This record gives sequence, structure tokens and C-alpha cells, in this order.
Amino acid sequence: MTRVRRWLPGLLLVSPSIVLIAVFVYGLLGWNFKVAMTDQHDEISPGHFVGLDNFISIWDQERWGISVRHSIIFTVVFVVGALALGWFLAFLMEKGIKGEGGFRTVYLFPMAVSFIATGVVWRWLMNSGTGEQAVGLNRLFHYLGLDFLQWHWFRDQDWGMAAMAIPAIWQMSGYVMALFLAGFRGVSEDLREAARVDGCSEWQVYRYVVLPLLRPVTLSALIILGHISLKVFDLIVAVSGKQIITDVPAIFMWTAVFDSHDPAKGATIASYIVLSVAVFVVPYLIWNARRGNRS
Amino acid sequence: MTADVIEKTRPVAPVTHVRQRAAVARWVRLALLILFVVVFLIPIYVLLVTSFKPLSEADPGQAWNLPQVWTTEAWSIAWEKLEPGIVNSFLLAIPGSLISAVLGSMNGYVLAKWRFPGADVVFTLFLFGMFIPYQGVMIPLVQLMVNLGVYGGIPGLTLAHVVYGIPICTLIFRNYYVTIPDSLIEASRVDGAGMLRTFWSVVLPVSAPAFAVVIIWQFTSMWNDFLFAVFLTAPTSWPTTVMLNNIAGAQTVPYSQQMAAAILASIPTMIVYVLLGRFFMRGLMAGALKG
Repeated sequence: MTRVRRWLPGLLLVSPSIVLIAVFVYGLLGWNFKVAMTDQHDEISPGHFVGLDNFISIWDQERWGISVRHSIIFTVVFVVGALALGWFLAFLMEKGIKGEGGFRTVYLFPMAVSFIATGVVWRWLMNSGTGEQAVGLNRLFHYLGLDFLQWHWFRDQDWGMAAMAIPAIWQMSGYVMALFLAGFRGVSEDLREAARVDGCSEWQVYRYVVLPLLRPVTLSALIILGHISLKVFDLIVAVSGKQIITDVPAIFMWTAVFDSHDPAKGATIASYIVLSVAVFVVPYLIWNARRGNRS
Repeated sequence: MTADVIEKTRPVAPVTHVRQRAAVARWVRLALLILFVVVFLIPIYVLLVTSFKPLSEADPGQAWNLPQVWTTEAWSIAWEKLEPGIVNSFLLAIPGSLISAVLGSMNGYVLAKWRFPGADVVFTLFLFGMFIPYQGVMIPLVQLMVNLGVYGGIPGLTLAHVVYGIPICTLIFRNYYVTIPDSLIEASRVDGAGMLRTFWSVVLPVSAPAFAVVIIWQFTSMWNDFLFAVFLTAPTSWPTTVMLNNIAGAQTVPYSQQMAAAILASIPTMIVYVLLGRFFMRGLMAGALKG
């Protein structure tokens, strides 16, 4: 009884949040899955249970295939790009450099601004005109004598989504830099010195001492970038709107709800987005919780 | 002095060689960092110069030129169009971030210092809420908001942000409170103070930094959010991002006004970032869990 009295107040204090999370996160996720398993293809009819039909039939739609392909290209370019650039910036600053605070401020500030605001200017910079009509970055390439770099950016038929990843890299690489910089600084100088005394070259110290210790940071960065990427929405709305050329599942879902008024289809797409994130986030969270318990 | 002595006892050539290499490497690093600063600032340059251009100069063909005539005309028109959205955003983000901080602080305190059986499981279940793509709850959320009678307005939008902000706020406070020595809490307990009393007189007085981090984090994400806003609000309650997107999406709005509006929409979060960047950074790091 005394033990219960010891922990019960704590549980009571957290209980409003537990209820809210239970309802708004888990309850609504479940509800969404339920809608996805009905044939409620307009906003009035009640909808009947149809099992996983929607999840299968959506693959027959050309637009779905396109949006999945776009999402994959975007994710690969964005995650690899942001990881590489962020790591490189941290690597350049790792040993301390004059004006480090200033550099960090510049690299990180895009994170404080919304994609909707920065999308305005990126849409302009990535204007698809080339040659005589070149504007934006293409025009800049022309000034610099780099005309061969001109391309159609996000309007490129095959690789437009790679261009769409550029603003996202710009926005998020400062964050990756901050993560890696903290990781670099977490490797004690004693450890590096010990490796040097053992005859390691600077490169070997880096390769065999520093890099392995950065693995947890890299994993965190991967998880964060990955889940941002799979649900990307604002950026695409701001840069190109609802055009099929840059369609991704989140945009498809938005139009399914607002333009086609098809809750079942919207819920199906939303479920796929959730599943694509959950398959790597859930193992990560469980691993993280176990690691926390051990330490 | 000593350094000089040591140097003279060493063979000269390799030392200067190593030093030169180190110096060159330092300059290369600095040069690359400056190059990246220039690249990072390109969009800002275009935003700023275009926003000060008169109509006649605001076309993509002249994007890289400085304005021949500087004018704030675009700014005043953009302000007129955006003002209701900015007011709505403040009505959302100020109360919203404060409520988030209070909830997060209570949760973090319990999960760090006044634990109950299963607290770890609850915490992990909370954390998943941080990573879910909100698309996955949006369709039923709209329905729920309608049922609750808060659909379309600022209170409903605030509710959504507060609820889905619980995970990150709890995480930040929990990680902060873990660093408070258990002996302080125990001492308070021995003195006969209960949970709330201990929270109030021992924990809250040292919580200011965590409050700063959470309030800044929530303010920024509420201000910058577009997804919840576009699904949950009616036109009279549109926050800045939705209004900005409408201004920027319209073919008829001159570029100079679009760019001025984009800057206006970003000013509050930029001010927060520049003044309180230190706390902003901590919020970012918390987002990476224990990484």
C-alpha cells in the first residue's frame, strides 16, 4: 500500500498526457487503418469493410507507382546528400577554426525557417529555363561559364526529384553538421593521443578510432532524415504544388482528401506512409530503450 | 621560450614541413567553409534583393542584379496581405508553446524522478508519437475535431500541436531532469514533501533552461507548420504559412511581394534563432534522442 502511494501520484500527473497520446496517436492511427480498410470512397456513404483491397488495388494506379518512385529517389538523394554535406562541414570544423560560431549560425539558420518560406525562392532559383531563357541558377551557371550544368531541375522527366532534394539538403545539412560536431567533440583527445602513441597516422586515428565512435550519431541522423524524407510535403507544395512531375505519397494523399474527396484512398496512402516510417523507427526506438536501460 | 628550445633540438626540416602542411590544411578548410557560407546564403541574397525591387525589375531575368531603385513598396503590400496570418500564428504559437512546456515539464519530472511501474514503456510509447508522419492521423483527426466542435479554428489547431508536441517536450524535460541529483529529491521526501510540493519547490526553480528550450522549439514548429494548418483551419484562422503559400502560389502576385512575404513570415523565428540560438541547438540535439 505504501509503495502504491509512492508512485500513484506520478502516474496521475502523467495520466492526462497518456490519455491524449493514447487517443490522438494510437487511437487515430488505428482509426485511419480502419478507414483504409473500407470502401468509403466519398464523404457521405458509411463504407463497408473490404479488408486489404485498397492496399492492393492502389498499386494498379499509375500515379501511385510514380509517387512511390519519386519518394525513393528523393529519400536517397536527400539522406545521402545531407549526411555527406553535414559530415563534411563538421569534419572541416572539427579541430576548431576561427569564427566557428559564425559558421555554425549560417549553416543552421535554414532549420529555423519553414519550407513554405524558403520554397518561394527555391522555386525561382530552380527555374527550368535553359539557354536564352535561363533564369535563376541556370542563369548563374551561365554567368560563371558553367552552361553545361544547366538543366530542368525539378521539371526533369526522370530525375526531377533529385533536384527537389537540394532545398531539403540545404535546410537539413546544418543539423547533421551539429550532430556530427557534437559526436566529434565527444571523442576524447586522450583516446586519439593513445592511438597516435601506438603509431597510428592521423588517417588511421580517424578511420579506426573516431569513425566507429560516430556510429550512434550517424544512426540518429539517418533516422531523423529518413522520417522527414518519407513524409515530405511542405517543400513540394511550396516549390511545385500538386504537379504530377513531383508527386509524392503525401501530396497524393492530400489531393485524395481535398480534391477527390476519397477518405478510403487517402487513409490507404497515409497508412503506407506510416508503415514506411514505422519499419525502421520502431526497431530504433526499442534498441534505444534497451540501451537506455543498460546504462 | 621552452618551445623554442625544443624546436632547436629537433631536426629542422620535418618540423617546418609538418607545420606548413598544417597551415595549408587550415587555410583550405577555412576557404571551403567560406565557400559553403556563400552557397548557403544564395537564397537569402535573392530573397532580400528581390523584395526591395520595384515591379519593373522584379522578374527572374534580373534575379542576380541589385535593385536599381530600392523601394519598400513590396514589403508594405506583403504586410497588408500577410498580417491576419501573422496575428493568427501568434495566437497559436504563444499559448501553444506555453501549454506544451507545462505539460512537458510535469511529464518529464515524473518520468525522471517520480517513476511508476511501466514508466519506461510509457516513455517509449510517447517517443513513437514523435516520429509518426502526421498524415497517418489526419483524416480521423479532422473528424474528431469536427465532433469536438473545434474544427476550423485556432483552438483546435493549438490542441493538435500541443498533443503531438507532448513526446518531444516530455523527452527534453526528462533528459534535463535526469541530471538533477536524486539526493535532492530524497531530501525533500524525507522532509515530508509530496510529489507536487517537491516539484514546485525543488525542481521548478532550476527548470528555466529546459523551459527555454521547449518553448523555443514548440514556438518554431507551430509557427512553421503547414500540414496541420492546411487540414485543420478555415480561411479566417489561416496561420502565416498557409497565407504565404496562397500568396506565393498565385500567378498574379509579383515576385517582389512573394519574396517580401516570405521574409516577413520568417522574421519571428529568425529573431528567436539569432537571439536564443543556444537553446534552439539544445532542442535540436534532444530530437536525436541520446545520440
